[in-house]
Amino acid sequence: MQVMKSVEFRREREATWAELEAMIQFAGAKGLRALGADRLARLPHLYRATLSSLSVARSISLDRALVDYLESLVGRAYFVVYGTRQHVRRQLADFFAWKLPSTVRKAKWHILVAVVISLAGFVAAYSLTSHDADYYYSFMGDSAQGRTPASTTIELREGLYHQEGVSSFLTTFAASLFDHNSRVAILAFALGFIAGLPTLVLLFYNGLTLGAFVALYTSRGLGVDIWGWLLPHGVSELSAIMIAGAGGLMLGHALVFSGAQPRLDALRERGRPAAILVIAAVLMLFCAGMIEGIFRQAVTDIHIRYAVAGSTGAFWIWYFGFCGRSRGLG
Amino acid sequence: MAKQAHSPLSPAGLQAARAALTREIITPEGVPLNFVLAGAGDRAAAFMIDMVIQFVTVLVLALLLALSGTSNAVIQPIVIIFSFLILNFYFAFFEIRWQGQTPGKRKIGIRVIDSRGGQLETSAVLARNLVRELEVWIPLRFVLANRLMWPDAPVWALVLGGAWTFVFLFMPLFNKDKLRVGDLVGGTRVVVVPKTLLLGDLVHEAAISQQSKAQPTPSYTFTDEQLGIYGIYELQVLEGVLRQDQDTLGYLENTATVSEKIRARISYPARVVDSARFLKDFYVAQRAHLEQKVLFGQRKQDKFSKK
Repeated sequence: MQVMKSVEFRREREATWAELEAMIQFAGAKGLRALGADRLARLPHLYRATLSSLSVARSISLDRALVDYLESLVGRAYFVVYGTRQHVRRQLADFFAWKLPSTVRKAKWHILVAVVISLAGFVAAYSLTSHDADYYYSFMGDSAQGRTPASTTIELREGLYHQEGVSSFLTTFAASLFDHNSRVAILAFALGFIAGLPTLVLLFYNGLTLGAFVALYTSRGLGVDIWGWLLPHGVSELSAIMIAGAGGLMLGHALVFSGAQPRLDALRERGRPAAILVIAAVLMLFCAGMIEGIFRQAVTDIHIRYAVAGSTGAFWIWYFGFCGRSRGLG
Repeated sequence: MAKQAHSPLSPAGLQAARAALTREIITPEGVPLNFVLAGAGDRAAAFMIDMVIQFVTVLVLALLLALSGTSNAVIQPIVIIFSFLILNFYFAFFEIRWQGQTPGKRKIGIRVIDSRGGQLETSAVLARNLVRELEVWIPLRFVLANRLMWPDAPVWALVLGGAWTFVFLFMPLFNKDKLRVGDLVGGTRVVVVPKTLLLGDLVHEAAISQQSKAQPTPSYTFTDEQLGIYGIYELQVLEGVLRQDQDTLGYLENTATVSEKIRARISYPARVVDSARFLKDFYVAQRAHLEQKVLFGQRKQDKFSKK
């Protein structure tokens, strides 16, 4: 009997498939690293060979079991070959030295919108509260924590220069950073999916509370002191909220004004850089929490407070403005 | 394009049912690969497993700290920081390390892939998981603490609010690609990890058994005319029949019925004594015939096709 082409084909290539299958089994159980350099180098080769087997089998073989097998084998090999990259450390370095700052640079217009909306909230609340201190309650709600227009100027001043033990560092750090601000940042991003509107509201509201807060202290002649208290961590914290908000606005932008692309493609294209913006924001909030936990407790000298604020500001401007810029050209 | 109605058991109907859950992606090499989308139930189960792991991890940490005699003032912030990191980065961490799988997904056998077939990027994994804040944590907080947010809310407002917050959680149930919001934002899909099992080649097996029984030629031979009736679909159904376990109940009756059907259809002149033997020989001959045609560019899909 004449040997069928498909039978011959299978006999010739079966060993390659078995080798690939064994390798994938091994990598799935013990990780890619455990394969070792030699076998790892063979993996893409085997994958391509099997992929070409699949193409051939689809066109010449009518053996369903064989085509199904090759299809599933190539599928699993595809996961391994095109899964996320493995060099986590190198990838991280690359991410922070280039990807993160350049993504933030590309989002400059969205960040600008976030800043403008927040400033609008700030100015509105500031002018209203300076005019009539009762507005303070409407803007701050229950979060005033005993710092209200009913407090005396001395009490307010006390609050700004109050010194606590270092033991409370962790508590302040955790509360200020992770329970509130990061949530706001991630929320500002996630809410962007609802056409970006809730993000705008959130940014505006954030501006309102800040405006009311500053207006209260300024009306008591504590203007310089309140900024000295706010800015050391606020430079990082407020920028972080702007950047995360910009991420949310990007999602909303992609959905509402998708341009020539289908909406889902636009969303997909901008969703990834937007997520990177949130990572940048969480990172900055981490720094803000450290500064708040340490400096607010330990440093009461106003000059040092301003110096810290200035240097963190300069650092972020350098990092987001200039870090990794040369690579963008190459 | 108008939808065609197919009988669920016809070749086209079976193909349509399979296609509803299968998505084709083009690998960077340009070869189309088919993946089966993970069902909502599988994904929910994987999510539950992951949630239990997260919850237990935080609990164990808190207990260890408490047992080690650390003061409450220190335990509380550490637990807060730790649970923040776990809740927001558990999924991203594992999906980056394990190439699209978390412990729950691995257990269930599903996996995240790029929806266009490219490399699964780190930023895609981050994007799809940061959106969980909107999908899971806001609805959950609303359910657990709605009275805190809005102390004297009427019941209807709470029900409506709850329904609205859960819209995003249940999104995978309402679109044909089973995408959750995170998949839309990250450009990803969750698919079933295929099982691989290479079955023997029936033609090869037939050849071997012929050699061992010292029968140089097939017992049954067919003319080109007889082989020109059925198409690829029928060949593969027959393959399914032949691959059945011979010990299963009714195997003999099945083969007898099928071989009688085929014998009548192709008007095979002689009587069939060994029906299993007849089917194997027919399969080998039919496949050789159809593959020969395929090589010349004629794919006869099923018995209804003209060529």
